[in-house]
Amino acid sequence: MTSNYAPDGATQLEIYKRAALLKANDERSRKVIMTGRLVMPYYSYRGQEIIPSAMAQALTDDDYWVTIYRGIHDMLAKGMPLNDLWAEVAGRVDGTCKGKGGPMHLTYPKKGIMVTTGIVGSSMPIANGIAWGSQLSGNNRVTVATFGDGASNIGAFHESLNLAGVWKLPVIFLCQNNLYGEHTAYEKATSVARIADRGAAYNIPGVRVNGNDPIEMYAAAREAVERARAGEGPTLIEAMTFRFHGHVFGDSDAYMDKDQKKAAMDADPVPIFRARLIAEGIASEDELAAIEAQVESDIDAAVEFALASPFPEFDELTKDVYAEGVAA
Amino acid sequence: MSDTATKTKPITILEAINTAIADAMAADDTVLVLGEDVADPEDGGVVGVTKGLSTRFGDARVRSTPIAEQAIIGAAIGASLVGYKPVAEIMLMNFTTVAMDMIVNHAAKLRFMSGGQTHVPIVIRTMTGTGFSSGGQHCDYLEAWFAHTAGMKVVAPSNAADAYGLMRAAIDDPDPVLYIENLPAYWTPGEAPETGHVVPLGKAKVVKEGADVTIISYSRVLNEVLGAVEAMDAAGVSAEIIDLRTISPWDKETVFASVAKTGRCLIVHEAVTQFGVGAEIAATLQSEFFGKLKAPVARLGAPYAPVPFSKPLEDAYAPTAARIAEAAISLSK
Ligand SMILES: Cc1ncc(C[n+]2csc(CCOP(=O)(O)OP(=O)(O)O)c2C)c(N)n1
Ligand SMILES: [Mg+2]
Repeated sequence: MTSNYAPDGATQLEIYKRAALLKANDERSRKVIMTGRLVMPYYSYRGQEIIPSAMAQALTDDDYWVTIYRGIHDMLAKGMPLNDLWAEVAGRVDGTCKGKGGPMHLTYPKKGIMVTTGIVGSSMPIANGIAWGSQLSGNNRVTVATFGDGASNIGAFHESLNLAGVWKLPVIFLCQNNLYGEHTAYEKATSVARIADRGAAYNIPGVRVNGNDPIEMYAAAREAVERARAGEGPTLIEAMTFRFHGHVFGDSDAYMDKDQKKAAMDADPVPIFRARLIAEGIASEDELAAIEAQVESDIDAAVEFALASPFPEFDELTKDVYAEGVAA
Repeated sequence: MSDTATKTKPITILEAINTAIADAMAADDTVLVLGEDVADPEDGGVVGVTKGLSTRFGDARVRSTPIAEQAIIGAAIGASLVGYKPVAEIMLMNFTTVAMDMIVNHAAKLRFMSGGQTHVPIVIRTMTGTGFSSGGQHCDYLEAWFAHTAGMKVVAPSNAADAYGLMRAAIDDPDPVLYIENLPAYWTPGEAPETGHVVPLGKAKVVKEGADVTIISYSRVLNEVLGAVEAMDAAGVSAEIIDLRTISPWDKETVFASVAKTGRCLIVHEAVTQFGVGAEIAATLQSEFFGKLKAPVARLGAPYAPVPFSKPLEDAYAPTAARIAEAAISLSK
């Protein structure tokens, strides 16, 4: 892999901080749902934390990101504040979308989080448009579109890669290949062994990386970002990973290969990364424990903030359909 | 400034749309144009609506696209989220069907779902209309689908001045607007609008005053309604004619005032009658004016059938002046 973009120790630690937050947040989310404190459709990203943690580390706050229903890890990595996130998934007025979007439509333009879509594949056509805006204004910002392996089989993926290839847009198509689309295994639904190979059809560089490896993932992210900023156009990154907890909270997993799942969970990327940071002397056990303790208490505070926040007033039902003051 | 102001001779609807976009682009650098064949090397559109724009404003702002309707609307939405005002062309209204996800799930809803943090100021231009023997997949009127989608606005001009004014309003509107153009009517001449003329969205126009029956229509068939006036006059029926112009949100105030006066209403559109825009207006009027109407609200549209190819069948499909007159006269008896 491209070693020119290998992350130094400080960068690795930043990536880990994000990954630790993401992991803890997923664990807390499932607990909060399990204990009945919140009701929401929840698409666990446990196992996929390294991908957005490394990607976000290669971006600035001004860069844009468009994600999908399984995207809370992307949002947190890009900098959505925990309070805004938790109040939103609780449907409260202090949520980032006043409770009107929910977990599948999180939006936070202050950190470049422009759209979260619940429609498979639809992050990509919109990311292109944002990137077109950057190309026109010359603001040097990059747009990331995340999506799953299953989404690489829908028309929007192909239309988007083609347009981005023709227009040389500063966009990064970041496929999080967790080997399942809902209940269907990758190879049953996908005609190619590697989604990265599909880039060739659109004259876009396609790279497959181990998305669970922060060094590899960061290097690929950096390279794609540099390409985009240099005006050289889009990159397709296929980041290999695994989804630990089924498609949606509450599904039985019966369709997943048990051995495959066990092997993936035994190779949990976050603790492996943690051990490596200590082994390589990048951080001490105490430092990492302090980071993790801080994350837990931040999440505690966010959950309490969310549950104490009021629900939106009923007049919100018909607000924001059109701009303020426009007759309906 | 553009040359519209100096134009005094009539212009066509096509010229009016072209001029409106050009004037908007000249006034505001953030206005963009994209769609299949829209740039000048591709002839400025299949019928030339966008001719001259790429030459004048450059191919960064005016872009021909691949044949990829989702990608077109997606690009428009994305650019609009970061400060641009894209005018996207979907060549024919039937082709909006392959971009419905982008329009319905995204353009229409992002303002609401983001709690007002983002919004989608795009215009989707699309043409349609029977009359050119196109058969079942190239000339449907699907406005009811979009009017039924909360967050979308839908406009359909019937003449050159409104075509200009509605386009200027649509481009500057902060929300997504579907702008319906009628193919056979592109070359219909009309009074030229002044540069900067704006027709506010949501405002209908009383085209002709009358006492006996209110006829509401929009797009090309409004002109069929006007063509029915002579026959209605001869039968002693005085029709008040309203050009709705904006289908959603529709101008209840103007319509109510007229029906309060006439006590009768006929809604005419080219779309299939069943579940159409006329049904919404009729239901609203029946409940608003229950007990005060002199006759049940009537609708005249296309039969419940796809658009046929064979010429006599196609001619029998959309409402004509003769059938409009007949319906209005029998309603007013
Ligand atoms: C257009 C569309 N079809 C079907 C669905 C239902 N659905 C939601 S997620 C999903 C699986 C997508 O798999 P993948 O793209 O691999 O992403 P992952 O969920 O694994 O992250 C499906 C079929 C949908 N949301 N949108
Ligand atoms: Mg998947």
